Amino acid sequence: MLIVHIAVTMLLGAGIFFTLVGSIGLLRFPDFYTRLHATGKCDTLGGGLIILGALIYHFFAYPETPLVPAKLAFLIFFIFIANPTATHALMKAAFKTGLKPWRLGEERR
Amino acid sequence: MITIFWVTLLLIAVTIGLSLYRAVAGPGVFNRMAAVNIIGTKTIAFLVVMGYYFERPYFFDIALLYAMVNFIGTLIFAKYLERGELC
Amino acid sequence: MKLKEKRFGILLTFCIMAVFWILLSGIFHAFCLISGLICCAIVSLISHDLLVKGESEKKLLKSLRLLLYIPWELWQIVLANIDVAYRVLHPRMPIDPLIIEFETTLRKDFSLATLANSITLTPGTITILVEPERGKFWVHAIAKESADALLVDQTMQRKVAHVFMETQEETETQEAFE
Repeated sequence: MLIVHIAVTMLLGAGIFFTLVGSIGLLRFPDFYTRLHATGKCDTLGGGLIILGALIYHFFAYPETPLVPAKLAFLIFFIFIANPTATHALMKAAFKTGLKPWRLGEERR
Repeated sequence: MITIFWVTLLLIAVTIGLSLYRAVAGPGVFNRMAAVNIIGTKTIAFLVVMGYYFERPYFFDIALLYAMVNFIGTLIFAKYLERGELC
Repeated sequence: MKLKEKRFGILLTFCIMAVFWILLSGIFHAFCLISGLICCAIVSLISHDLLVKGESEKKLLKSLRLLLYIPWELWQIVLANIDVAYRVLHPRMPIDPLIIEFETTLRKDFSLATLANSITLTPGTITILVEPERGKFWVHAIAKESADALLVDQTMQRKVAHVFMETQEETETQEAFE
């Protein structure tokens, strides 16, 4: 049981680390397109790892309800498909409306 | 184990607070839209861990529904900003 | 659509709906199960062509190749996030964004969508525009190395074309056929 607790703690810790990195990137990067790079990639994996940790905890702590891990697995699959699609839709809207990308050496926007 | 879930909830709330700055002060509507989408994704993870902290299994259904609502909302907003109308 | 593909579409939609009903409710009484199956049958009869559209050969082989493609994809996701974490936490923030465009040999809807999703999830690139006439992609890259991995190596385009069986000679024979 201790191994399961350590594995779940490590998965939750890794998920929180990637989510925090995504948030810091949202504040630090100089332009809209680069901010989408930080959030669209890091937040997907961070949320997925947190839910994966909760899934493994449920598998060993409450083994009499096997349908809930299946529901959480579908939630992870949905996040991996939906988040990049929403990121691409926002980027396409910004590009077609004429927002100029940032080159090296300009000032922050 | 309950303590670890409580610390997780606190740290996710801190990251939501950090993203809120970009939602308030971002120059233009696109930065604010991206920040709202990210806060929605973090809320889904927050709801799942909260379901384990309070030991109620109904939070997972709410998380699933909110994931779909957040996705569709972001797509509709991006479509409106691109075309100026919704159809 | 021919009747054989219509039957396949109805059956696939019915199976997916039934799986979701059992997954989301978790109740196994006879009454709930039978009413669920009746609802799934009505829904799949009315709107089966929203989920399974068009015709394509060799569906089973493509599904198997797709299942083999997914673990490589997951490894690329982990590499991408470590790369972004390095760029964010470095005190000097080494980024140099640029926009590139290239052509591929894919023409169908599903394969273009898979490649766009994979480009968004790999280190340093996000898809901006897709033009389905000639398979053209506009991509925003965050540094020179990520742009080179897409333009020069072309690993991902070859892998996705191999999964959906739309490599160079197959696309040329398809266009000569029309």
